[in-house]
Amino acid sequence: MSDQLYQDRIVALAKAKTGAGKLAAPTKSARRDNPLCGDRVTIDVRLDGQGRIEEIAHQVRGCLLCQASASALSSVAVGRDAAGIAAVRHDAERAIGREAGEAAEPFAAFAPVAAHKSRQECVLLPFEALKDALS
Amino acid sequence: MSFDVAAVRGQFPILSEIIDGRPIHYLDNGASAQTPDAVLDAVRTYETTGRANVLRGVHRLAERATDAYENARADVARFLGVQPMEIVFTGGCTAAINLVAYSYGSLLKPGDRILLSELEHHSNIVPWQLLRARAGLEIDMIPVTTDGRIDLEKLPGLLTPRTRLISLAHVSNVTGAMIDVGAVVAAAKSVGAKVMLDGAQRAPHGPVDLPSLGIDFYVFAGHKAYGPNGIGVLWAKPDLLDAMPPFMGGGSMIGRVTFAETTWAPPPRRFEAGTPPIGPAIGLGAACKWMQALDWTGAHAHEMTMVQHLMDGLQKIDGARIFGPAGLQNRYPVVSFTLDGVHPHDVAQTLDSFGVAVRAGHHCAQPLMDRFDLDGTTRVSMAPYNDGSDIDALLTGVRRAAKTLR
Repeated sequence: MSDQLYQDRIVALAKAKTGAGKLAAPTKSARRDNPLCGDRVTIDVRLDGQGRIEEIAHQVRGCLLCQASASALSSVAVGRDAAGIAAVRHDAERAIGREAGEAAEPFAAFAPVAAHKSRQECVLLPFEALKDALS
Repeated sequence: MSFDVAAVRGQFPILSEIIDGRPIHYLDNGASAQTPDAVLDAVRTYETTGRANVLRGVHRLAERATDAYENARADVARFLGVQPMEIVFTGGCTAAINLVAYSYGSLLKPGDRILLSELEHHSNIVPWQLLRARAGLEIDMIPVTTDGRIDLEKLPGLLTPRTRLISLAHVSNVTGAMIDVGAVVAAAKSVGAKVMLDGAQRAPHGPVDLPSLGIDFYVFAGHKAYGPNGIGVLWAKPDLLDAMPPFMGGGSMIGRVTFAETTWAPPPRRFEAGTPPIGPAIGLGAACKWMQALDWTGAHAHEMTMVQHLMDGLQKIDGARIFGPAGLQNRYPVVSFTLDGVHPHDVAQTLDSFGVAVRAGHHCAQPLMDRFDLDGTTRVSMAPYNDGSDIDALLTGVRRAAKTLR
């Protein structure tokens, strides 16, 4: 069952590494650790005057799910503010079965994680880091 | 006669469990070992024929419970080669270390020093940091060699006249390396320091003759040694236990209580406030008896054969790197490895789909991970009931992770 967790779409998102790296002059940065597994996400953002993301970069020291999530999040973050990112998070929560409803792309790819409760925090860790960076 | 693995496996009901059509390959014994019939039966016998509180009752069930509880203490003592009254039952190994840090720690003075190592489990770091904050002590740290052993060449330079206690893992929960206890004890004696060993990863691999080690404190966990959860052991030299004040107050640990003054019971009762974990203690006694009856010469040879099999197999997988001693000397069957380009959690998750249970991550040893700049490792920890099929299933899973996840 869990072998199917690593479906091609999740692996592809992780390998795409969208937004991987650092920003030279971030407006804000935040780091989140998962104390249980040791996964670590650092997110840099450059914001415009209205608090909207102009540029985003992430460094992930964590598992494939965490990398894939950071990549997916980075692919949709530009142009959004804190409320916009919170809305996107609902898609991730829907994909992993924590909320009812259908998840929009690219987060629908995380549907296999719904059956793996112990791995759901891996998907949400980049959202936590970005929330901190935007607060 | 060779070691009869099938006969050992047959005593562990969970090993015949099938999940999603696959047998269980349980290689996470370093986190929690499985439990044999002998332990399950002992706990069931207590719960069904002798369940009552211990020490206080005069009725027959209370007497049965008390006898079983104290017999368990004697079985644990025999396993460690010491006297029953030197054995304190605790809620676990972590609780035992906290007991020492609090109680023995209260006898120390500001400026006294505790010496740990870089590879300690958090449970042998954080209680000392709490003591440092409370009592103004200092903590020193012995570094680790590149092959994951405590670097005892650095030990003499870290000892000071104020070093009061050296507290180290008997066997590393990450690398499987066993410490040279004789060298540590000799060094400790040169400055009058006490020695405590965290035996969590050593006790599950056979009886320990504590008097021959010359140490002062020993702790281990029941659930890693084929016993129940919620039980651990502290052994300390009698003069130390006598000198130590209580850790927790309550029933059973007192001599006489008045509002003006309370006196303490002698050890071990002084450190067992309240109703103890009676069933778990009885189960642990049975686990110690079970271990005592096993052929450990054969079991150890069998475990080392599996370690070699595993290391040989990993060496053939591109990008797999063993983190820890490369040889079989002075080590126990705990093997950590990394796989280039694949996070340990993804290795472990893939292994789960092959029915293989391992642990991945920092193993509650973050300072060690930081020292080697590791995100974590995948850890294979074996018990005498494992066999070559477990290792083969694991190697198949690692090959799959290497092929599909990078």
